[in-house]
Amino acid sequence: MKILLKGVHLLNPEQKLDEIADVLISNGIIEKIGDIKESELQSENIYDFNGFYCVPGLFDMHVHLREPGREDEETVLTGCNAAASGGFTGVACMPNTSPAIDSAEVIKLIKEKAANHLVDVHPIGAVSVGRKGEGLAPIAELYEAGAVAFSDDGVSVKSAQLLRNALEYAGMFNAPIIEHCEDESMADGVMNESIVSTQLGLPPIPTVAEDLIVARDILIAEYTGQRVHIAHISAKKSVELVREAKARGVRVTAEVTPHHFTLTDENVKTYDSNFKMNPPLRSEEDVKAMHTGLKDGTIDCIASDHAPHSIEEKELEFIYAPNGILGLETELGLSISELVNKKVLSISDLIMKLSVNPRKILNIPVPLIKAGEKANLTIFDLQNIWTVDISKFKSKSKNSPFDKKLLTGKSVAVLNNGKMFYENEFVSLT
Amino acid sequence: MPLSSPHLLGLQGVPAEDIKLILDSATTFREVLERPIKKVPTLQGKTIVNLFFENSTRTRLSFELAQKRLSADTINFTTASSSTKKGETFKDTVKNIEAMKIDMIVVRHESAGVPHYLTKITRANIINAGDGRHEHPTQALLDMYSIKEKLGRIEGLKVCIVGDIAHSRVALSNIHGLITMGAEVSVCGPATMIPVGIESLGVKVYNNINKAIEEHDVLNVLRIQLERKAGTTFPTLREYHNYYGITAERLNEYNKDILILHPGPINRGVELSSEVADGPYQIILNQVTNGVAIRMAVLYLLGTRP
Ligand SMILES: [Zn+2]
Repeated sequence: MKILLKGVHLLNPEQKLDEIADVLISNGIIEKIGDIKESELQSENIYDFNGFYCVPGLFDMHVHLREPGREDEETVLTGCNAAASGGFTGVACMPNTSPAIDSAEVIKLIKEKAANHLVDVHPIGAVSVGRKGEGLAPIAELYEAGAVAFSDDGVSVKSAQLLRNALEYAGMFNAPIIEHCEDESMADGVMNESIVSTQLGLPPIPTVAEDLIVARDILIAEYTGQRVHIAHISAKKSVELVREAKARGVRVTAEVTPHHFTLTDENVKTYDSNFKMNPPLRSEEDVKAMHTGLKDGTIDCIASDHAPHSIEEKELEFIYAPNGILGLETELGLSISELVNKKVLSISDLIMKLSVNPRKILNIPVPLIKAGEKANLTIFDLQNIWTVDISKFKSKSKNSPFDKKLLTGKSVAVLNNGKMFYENEFVSLT
Repeated sequence: MPLSSPHLLGLQGVPAEDIKLILDSATTFREVLERPIKKVPTLQGKTIVNLFFENSTRTRLSFELAQKRLSADTINFTTASSSTKKGETFKDTVKNIEAMKIDMIVVRHESAGVPHYLTKITRANIINAGDGRHEHPTQALLDMYSIKEKLGRIEGLKVCIVGDIAHSRVALSNIHGLITMGAEVSVCGPATMIPVGIESLGVKVYNNINKAIEEHDVLNVLRIQLERKAGTTFPTLREYHNYYGITAERLNEYNKDILILHPGPINRGVELSSEVADGPYQIILNQVTNGVAIRMAVLYLLGTRP
């Protein structure tokens, strides 16, 4: 089957591609790019995407799909549907499932559940068995089964020695260790430590709890010459540490979530647990540091930390409610509204942070937009002003603080693996 | 003039007129408490539930007595910790209780924000009887009442709150209330017990207790939570007593005229020496009596609010 995307603005900074053209796709493969006559096609297969951007499919390297273990909150399928709806063609999923992704069997299960979906799912293996911070997980076996990186996300790798060993062992496969940075002994709280936590009477977590582990991890990465990736960076000092480390050649990369570049701890004043996450929402100054870090390249990519939770659990008292919010279906809109429209990032920078860089960090080939290549594309409308409506989310959960928020910029369609998601439906291109 | 809010969630943002109204009404109820028949029919027909998710016998008894004195119908719901662990969520619990047609909820909970959340899921008037380390407004109101009763005013007084400010719900309510009423407020304690940014609320911070005694008219001495992990925020109870305990020697040396308050229960020999706890400087038992009057005032003003 052939489809024609009319008048799209093709943009792929990796290829230095920036032009307006038509794209002819045949059975999921890009056949031709240029000025294409409509006469050869049936009208229903022609998509007038005039004025929309067409970029290499977006990729979110930090999502929690909850399967196996909490299929009541999200499954691989519903998570992938949420990803497609949000404009993503690929995700990497964190290993804090139950059981944890610490065996080839769990990777196999996730891959089976994701087979035939438009969205590519790349599991991240656990660093330690059961993420307990004691013995190393079978990293080689996990890598061979398809793990693209290793992490004990939810917590930091427990000890410096274990991290050193994990870095060196995973380094044999050039796979990064992804770190949730938080010093356990200082993290006995539920929100950022500031005058706001003092006023709200909620137990605080100081930014230095994050900075400490970022510093530790950078030093060990430097010492071993291996790659560490800082997940959901949120503190100003942590960004400075990464910036300095990069300048002296340490192999460190970092991601930031849309909520950490959008919201502050002031939002917690409602005691709404949809503003409870880990790392917690920080101060205005930290949010500015996220913008600076994104702009100067200290922060390599944007990742959602998509964390579905059941309503029953999220509605608990603030100190008992679980951490985290949904991210996949608001990520692109927040990035465009908060970063592109506020002149923090150009569109081209945005595509680097939402598509190119996360794949590079995980050694996944960046999709090319040229004849003969598989169509792995996101088409989005930079101008579309829309209101977030959690009841329309594809995700199985509803825990988002952005319900009813007005956003600018929305995915129109995604294409990958011979499929297209357009107007709320998956269609086969073969 | 009725109170500006149908709930008493804390003293942050509560206008001076409201605080004054509560304190004035408490004077009337204080007088009722001196009568042979200490009961008025003001809240007859109203149903109040005391929803205590955290054990606090004293506060609950004070509220319960206040409710009985106002002729309200009272139910107590006390559970050691969150019912969530037993499967029923907090929201279910509250919805169940509300279905019993109640008018007011007095709530104590170890999580800050629970009273605020209740205002969103029920239609009852909510009174915060202590939420986490956030606020405990009736305690601060009774403290202010007791100060005013003893010294005739609040405005212009120098009041220092002493102890574990970071983990206290009493401190924050006192700070907000006293500042609104025109007092100068300070806090005093070891640096590990002073929360981040407290100065920005308009309070001065002291680490030296002698200096604090010297420079204030009133000390509100907080209870040291013995169950807190010893050795983490302060080394030992003995050291705390030696450096921050209020003793007769200290008072005699630095300020004989100071007024001592304590929200109770007292740890004798820790934050107060026995001599001070029973001595002429303190008004601890007046506070307990005034607590009933203040709670009657709050219940009355909220319960009869149009
Ligand atoms: Zn994390």
